[in-house]
Amino acid sequence: MEALSLLWLAQWLAATGGSIALHESLYMYPLVESTHVLTLMLFAGTVILVDLRLLGFAFTSIPVSEFTSRLLPWTVAGFVIMTATGVLLFYAIPVRSYQSIWFRIKVIVLLAAGINAWLFHRRVEQDRDQWDGNTVPPRGARISAATSLACWVVVIVTGRMIAYNWFDCDRQPQSAFINWAAGCVVDLSTTP
Amino acid sequence: MTLFEVFDWLELSAPGQYVRDSIWLFPAIEAVHLIGLALLGGAVLVVDLRLLGLGLTARRVTDVTLDARPYLRAALVLMFVTGVPLFLSEAVKCYFNFSFWVKMTALGTALIFTFTFHRRITGPAFAGRRTLQRSTGAVSLALWFTVAGAGRWIGFS
Repeated sequence: MEALSLLWLAQWLAATGGSIALHESLYMYPLVESTHVLTLMLFAGTVILVDLRLLGFAFTSIPVSEFTSRLLPWTVAGFVIMTATGVLLFYAIPVRSYQSIWFRIKVIVLLAAGINAWLFHRRVEQDRDQWDGNTVPPRGARISAATSLACWVVVIVTGRMIAYNWFDCDRQPQSAFINWAAGCVVDLSTTP
Repeated sequence: MTLFEVFDWLELSAPGQYVRDSIWLFPAIEAVHLIGLALLGGAVLVVDLRLLGLGLTARRVTDVTLDARPYLRAALVLMFVTGVPLFLSEAVKCYFNFSFWVKMTALGTALIFTFTFHRRITGPAFAGRRTLQRSTGAVSLALWFTVAGAGRWIGFS
């Protein structure tokens, strides 16, 4: 029932005037989509640099605290633009996005990236004063950075794949696993 | 041989055919192209923000540039090796695509600008030349964002 109500929510969203207008717009949707993609340069770009610093690969002469604090405002700005445009993209195509396995993987990995970042700030970073200037930060910090890089790579890849319809619910037959994972409601009476 | 014939020949080349015949290869290469974009964005932004007097302001422009350079190069290599097969798979479409030509013009300009003017201005000889640094950072950002934006727009037209 839980899944069904989320589907209802997506269907309700899809029927709103704003969603239809954005979906059918000639330039607005591509503009929002392009902004979302271009913000990769700002958001993912600064995240990658910070992760490379934490791995001891890049900008090793700059203390971790200085490097992260100087770049964080730009990461946050990127995150705000990403979220705003991302929400609009979902709003334009709610049902198909909700039933996309790529979108679902993306959301799960986004959450994982968020938890990883939270753990880094709450746990890993607590003794930073002891290794702030180190060329190569300790193992815990490097694991956090590697996890972050892996998560964002998966988010970028799955995000791009949402555009492709290989596993869409309206392209039946799909395997039982895909139908389950994508939450497809397969009406057996109309299946040939 | 006209330019169109060259593009037509490129599209019919073995790598072009290979990417086009696969349903997942184009999307997969495209995704890696986007990861390259993110890395390129970071490497470009950190230097250009510094030129604009933002970001790593406690560090010298030259030092930031030298630290970022290997990643700029890695990103450009990644973009190139993924961009070429994407192009080959749809060279004729690109030939008739206005965004493609905007992107290639901006890309050529951005590359020349980055490895000549930008490289000189980020050198130690120009330390403290604020106006020159700021305008260099702004032009560089404008060029690279044009490349990225026009690149995305190829897919819409």
